[in-house]
Amino acid sequence: MSLKELSQKLHSLERTVLPKLKKNIGFQELVSTVDLKEIEVMRAIQWMENKSIVKIDSIEKEVIDLDKNGILYKKKGLPEKQFLELIKNESKKISEMSKKLDKNEINICIGLLKKNNAIVVKKDRELIFSITSKGIDFLNKKSTEEKFLELNFPISFEELEKNMKNTLSELLKRKQFIKKDKKIIRTISLTKIGEDLQKLKISSDVVDKLSSKDLKSGSWKKKDFRRYDVEINVPLVSGGKRHFTLQAVEYIKSIWLELGFKEMTGNIVHTSFWDLDTLFVPQDHPAREMQDTFYLKNAKSGKIENKELVKRIKNTHENGWTTGSKGWQSSWSEEKAKENLLRTHTTVLSAETISKLKKGDLPAKFFSVGKVFRNEALDWKHLFEFYQVEGIVVDPDANFANLLGYLKNFFKKMGFPDVRIRPGHFPYTEPSAEVDVWHPIKKQWVEIGGSGIFRPEVTIPLMGFEVPVLAWGLGMGRIITEYWEINDLRELYKNDLKQLRELKKWLK
Amino acid sequence: MPTITLNRKVVESLVGKKLPLEELKDRISMLGTDLEHVDDDEIIVEIFPNRPDMLSEQGFSRAFSSFIGVNKGLRKYNVKKSGEKVIVNKSLKDVRPYTVCAIVKNLNLNDERIREIIQIQEKLHVTYCRKRKKAAIGIYPMEKIKYPIYFTAKKPEEIVFRPLEWNKVINAKQIMEQHPTGIEYKHLLKDLKKYSVFYDANNEVLSVPPIINSHKTGKITDTTKEVFIEVSGFDLHTLNYVLNILVTALAEMGADIYSMKVEYPDKTIVTPNLNPTKMKFDLSYLNKWLGLKLNEKQAKDLLEKMGFGYEKGTALIPAYRPDILHPTDLSEDIAIAYGYENFTPEIPSKATVGQEDLYEKFRKNIANILIGLNLLEVSSYHLANEQKQFSYMNIKSNNYVKLANSLSEEYQIMREWILPNLMKILGDNTHNEYPQKIFESGKVFKLGESNTGVIEDDNLACALSNNDIDYTKIRQVLDYLFTQLGIKYEIKETVHETFIPGRVGKIIMDKKEIGFIGEIHPKVISSFGIEMPVSGFEINLKKVFKKIEK
Repeated sequence: MSLKELSQKLHSLERTVLPKLKKNIGFQELVSTVDLKEIEVMRAIQWMENKSIVKIDSIEKEVIDLDKNGILYKKKGLPEKQFLELIKNESKKISEMSKKLDKNEINICIGLLKKNNAIVVKKDRELIFSITSKGIDFLNKKSTEEKFLELNFPISFEELEKNMKNTLSELLKRKQFIKKDKKIIRTISLTKIGEDLQKLKISSDVVDKLSSKDLKSGSWKKKDFRRYDVEINVPLVSGGKRHFTLQAVEYIKSIWLELGFKEMTGNIVHTSFWDLDTLFVPQDHPAREMQDTFYLKNAKSGKIENKELVKRIKNTHENGWTTGSKGWQSSWSEEKAKENLLRTHTTVLSAETISKLKKGDLPAKFFSVGKVFRNEALDWKHLFEFYQVEGIVVDPDANFANLLGYLKNFFKKMGFPDVRIRPGHFPYTEPSAEVDVWHPIKKQWVEIGGSGIFRPEVTIPLMGFEVPVLAWGLGMGRIITEYWEINDLRELYKNDLKQLRELKKWLK
Repeated sequence: MPTITLNRKVVESLVGKKLPLEELKDRISMLGTDLEHVDDDEIIVEIFPNRPDMLSEQGFSRAFSSFIGVNKGLRKYNVKKSGEKVIVNKSLKDVRPYTVCAIVKNLNLNDERIREIIQIQEKLHVTYCRKRKKAAIGIYPMEKIKYPIYFTAKKPEEIVFRPLEWNKVINAKQIMEQHPTGIEYKHLLKDLKKYSVFYDANNEVLSVPPIINSHKTGKITDTTKEVFIEVSGFDLHTLNYVLNILVTALAEMGADIYSMKVEYPDKTIVTPNLNPTKMKFDLSYLNKWLGLKLNEKQAKDLLEKMGFGYEKGTALIPAYRPDILHPTDLSEDIAIAYGYENFTPEIPSKATVGQEDLYEKFRKNIANILIGLNLLEVSSYHLANEQKQFSYMNIKSNNYVKLANSLSEEYQIMREWILPNLMKILGDNTHNEYPQKIFESGKVFKLGESNTGVIEDDNLACALSNNDIDYTKIRQVLDYLFTQLGIKYEIKETVHETFIPGRVGKIIMDKKEIGFIGEIHPKVISSFGIEMPVSGFEINLKKVFKKIEK
């Protein structure tokens, strides 16, 4: 890059600072020579360093600076001087003094002034102070402490004169007067390029930010444009967006919609009847026990309106009713079925949906992507609520081989072309199957959900006739966490805004 | 789900064939038992709850041996008559009404066998017996007892014996207070005035089911050759299966099974009954269900691979398989025998029309409108914290839904509104860059008139936070939203303790209140540890949707 081009790249801050630079100059000195804020000078020299115009040497040094009280005294005067000022004309009681001065300061002053014979202290119920002639001298003479306060802070220890060094050791004993700090002392030196550039006559009249004014007046025509460093990084911005989990949910929904499925939605709080009993889960099934399922405290039980259905479900559980099954051969309690819970699976939506279907509605396909609840203590791999992807196909001609077909179609679109099923067990499906997908990176099968054909003990009581209902419930936690490389499941609900802003979009 | 640890050598000898490791792993998981671990000594598998018959080396090997084709078809177990009986007293009616019993002889016990028997008993107790709630098993060495056996109910103080692994004789009441097993299971006998007890012809106590055996008469050792087995509980159906599973496992060890008479006040039954049950086998139904074209011979072969028998249109179900309730249950076994891996995926070419739920579609549109204003969508839990929902928000409520048993102390209720969740999120993000503008839509819960007694509404909440955020800024968001929806609303000044007085309004649509909007009170802001002004609104989104739908 030529010097001219380089000069065109200079920002107005750099243009201001550059002429002030010497072979070597301290940063603080530089700041004092230009009419810019310290931060602006810093920016200018850093940019110039990036352009190899200057070199910055940084040394860490111990420096002395005024602490809280030091700053205050510099403004208001030392407390001992204030003290004397107050009793200059008449003696005063300590109660009067303490209206003007801080209690700690008074104590320091008494000690210090007595040592210098500047005051006399008497006691008459309370302390009374009067000034001495020495005190008057003390008051009128500028003390070394006051001279010290006039120094240019921060200052390095080496720069102090000998008597100031003595004063320093006194002042260090006083509370929050002086503080020692580590400070970076920067020295800026011009490089060869910098020297040459400085010699160049740099026009300060350039177009920096193109403005509406420039355009209206046409003033830009006579000027050069400052060249930008277009390769440099700029501050990040971020836009509004959907939560990343919901981006994935929308995608999953779109797949099922493309495959001709209707969306099911519904409540989160259900009676056990709909969540479990209609699905032929026996009433003593371990999944119904307290530790797995959330039950409610102040809305313990609900009601079941369809009495005919209650009768059917009771009979089906107890003896199979007309389903051709033996049933569970143990008594079924309506009271237990009325207990409310947070839905344990979205299969409850499938049960509700098929209960409303008529023969004329078939074939029909439904899906849902919804929250289900499991009573777990939160940790990095357990959540108490998570999404389940649910699907059913209600079709007189559907069979077990079709089930695999639907799953394969779905997972192909999710980026997992290979799907297999293994024997599994769910109380409401028969046959039941675990669903695995082949993980192309891990090179192994990973379990992703369950599936099967609803048992006649489920379909006949709910629908009034027998028809195969293919069903599946899939987890999507793994798909989401892997896409965004999240290890801790709690991050799905952490709502760290920085993370939400920066995470890439769902691009499948 | 229960896992069991199997001795691999015992399994291989029972199966009658050693498979190479990879094949062994594959076949185990394709039988419908999840393989957890396998090494030279052990196989650890998860058994699904429908197959309690596989909860032992013997039961697992029986199924596995058939499945890989070594020993197929229905197993025959001979049951000889022992001539001994158990007499059940009518006082048990409301205590523990049923028992089924058997005698097993020619047991060749050693430490390994005793471990296996204890494992079967324990696994059955935990799973199929529902932690001894439905049924409990007792096994007693014959040399220590004298027939007939009596089963009756007595007051706990009157049942006195030395319980298993205990150093002195105490009564049943003391067992419940002192003995670890008594303490663990006493809840099963809660409210009972009398306990059930087995005792023998010498008047020696054998056990107090489902709690504990006697140390004197109820402890088997490696010298035990013959045992008396009882299973007691509340329904004969369950008890019979438990007994059958147990005695057939012992028979697989080489022992002989003998039946007993159990005399009830009104009837006498003979147990165990190991005759297979018959189920109609409808091949065309099965082919249709599975999408296969099996002929009868193939179907018979597949049934036999799963341990069933087949006789002209009828399947013979082994007496240890409680899971076969319906012909469809046979379809799963056929599918397993056929091999899940051998099904060809296919989709019938029937057209159905996809349809997104209209409210969900609306919700998606709302989100898209708001992200156009640079708002970030957040996602919080439906479970909530009582304090944050109400006292942090400077309000009270007595209408919210409480959970009965949540394991998370922080989350004991269902959220009644979403704005507190947004406040919490802002509070968690004070180190991140401002402005912070967020929203969430979703379900909220309150008590009310419905089938469950809980009303679920769908709300939208929105919060803005930055130094320059005020009422105007949040009102602009609401205005923009309603303009995009093409509907009108108005604001009426109101009082709401979450917001600054004089800077809060009710949102009114069609003369009905649908939400609140305003500047959040500094008290509330500080509660959440935020040091930046916040404005927000929350509306009932379902009501807005209903208006649009019209």
